[in-house]
Amino acid sequence: MISFTIEDRDGSRQTLEIPEGINLSLMEVLKASEYNILATCGGMALCATCHVQVLEGEEALPSANDAELDMLDTLPDADSASRLACQLRVNENLEGAVFRIRGSE
Amino acid sequence: MITTDMCIIGAGPVGLFAVFEAGLLKMRCHLIDALPQVGGQLSEIYPQKPIYDIPGYPEVKAQELVDNLMEQINPFHPTFTLGERVESLDRQADGSLIVKTNEGTAVHCQVVVIAGGLGCFEPRKPEIENLEAFEGKGVAYMVKNPESLRGRRVVLAGGGDSALDWTVFLANIAQEVTLVHRGDSFRGAPDSAEKVFELAKQGRIRLILQSNITKIDGTGHLQEVTITAKDKSVTQLEADNLIPLFGLTPKLGPIADWGLQIDKSAINVNTTDYSTNVERIYAIGDINTYPGKLKLILCGFHEAALMCQSAFKFVYPNQKLSFKYTTVNGIPTF
Ligand SMILES: Cc1cc2nc3c(=O)[nH]c(=O)nc-3n(C[C@H](O)[C@H](O)[C@H](O)COP(=O)(O)OP(=O)(O)OC[C@H]3O[C@@H](n4cnc5c(N)ncnc54)[C@H](O)[C@@H]3O)c2cc1C
Ligand code: FES
Repeated sequence: MISFTIEDRDGSRQTLEIPEGINLSLMEVLKASEYNILATCGGMALCATCHVQVLEGEEALPSANDAELDMLDTLPDADSASRLACQLRVNENLEGAVFRIRGSE
Repeated sequence: MITTDMCIIGAGPVGLFAVFEAGLLKMRCHLIDALPQVGGQLSEIYPQKPIYDIPGYPEVKAQELVDNLMEQINPFHPTFTLGERVESLDRQADGSLIVKTNEGTAVHCQVVVIAGGLGCFEPRKPEIENLEAFEGKGVAYMVKNPESLRGRRVVLAGGGDSALDWTVFLANIAQEVTLVHRGDSFRGAPDSAEKVFELAKQGRIRLILQSNITKIDGTGHLQEVTITAKDKSVTQLEADNLIPLFGLTPKLGPIADWGLQIDKSAINVNTTDYSTNVERIYAIGDINTYPGKLKLILCGFHEAALMCQSAFKFVYPNQKLSFKYTTVNGIPTF
């Protein structure tokens, strides 16, 4: 099991436990867990509506590629800890991480 | 006031194709979209992406599909109001409707078709003190008419392609151009980024990196912009216009308050004709929902065809509709 924590817009936290070996993005897991996240482009790094901020565990994550960084540049509230949930694979890199949902509802 | 048979809210692919289906039945259309261009998600989010599931096109670029739809509906002479958002609906005594936009445009029609997709694309707003108080008084989120900025002191904010492109463009028009970006490099098109750095080197624009605009002030109209750098140092700049360019995001907006049955930001419809719970109002494309709904262009096209067959009775109450293939009579234009 991979477990990581999600902080919603209202500050409430929940730890999600996801079986290893499933090939989903963090955005897909958030949607499946009924989080209110737009994900307009369906995970193509084209809309930035799946914006999350990494509160803990940033160093273990693979760095963002150009497409992700381009999209983050268009957000007024992004900072160096910002990521697109659709570009993060759910695997052991996410173990123990804490993400805050930032995309608008 | 604009008078038409069918007022279509949303000029995405589904709203555009509805004009064709309506035209075949001799119904005239007026389309309204909050974006300054037609095409909805295709033109706004993914113009250069290929689409593979449009019948008859093994592959077509999103913008090319929009251009082709425009050509296909041209014989029916649809009219457009672009860059305005539909706010309200008023029912008339005879059942017809008047649709009004945020800029006061009014459209009188027999049928309203909501083809609003994911909702209105609205600008993403940065957190700047007093920002909303100066909207329309120096603050705008898109450049509608560059000429209106001639000779003015303009501050742009953002680090994406549109911030770079407008900085380059306005360098030749405005009296003074300042670009404020929170990072220290630009990942937009390398060519545009290079041009911006070159203009800054020549002293033709001011480039303020690693900084955010935190506050704006003025009496009646924008006069001053406060910029806070990463190292917390603060700069104040005189300015006439501020244009934050941080892209757009869809919001359901005013449609949510029209008494329609809404389920998770989508409008419930009857699948026999895609009518809503309110007579003379239909909803087609991504904005509607029903058991088995797929948010695909193809499905929206099908919904547009069935919707028009049903809407006909409100536009021509005394005529009986008989179904004919387009190949029978060709395309009957107005
Ligand atoms: C990255 C991406 C890839 C996609 N790929 C495919 C694909 O390969 N195949 C496929 O079939 N589909 C694809 N889709 C989905 C497809 O784009 C949508 O199904 C389609 O755009 C829906 O069309 P629409 O006309 O219903 O809505 P939209 O395209 O969303 O257009 C709605 C328009 O209504 C306007 N509007 C809304 N409310 C108001 C208001 N109150 N006042 C004024 N204007 C308003 C909006 O500004 C918008 O322009 C993709 C979507 C994305 C994001
Ligand atoms: S879902 Fe669009 S960028 Fe992630």
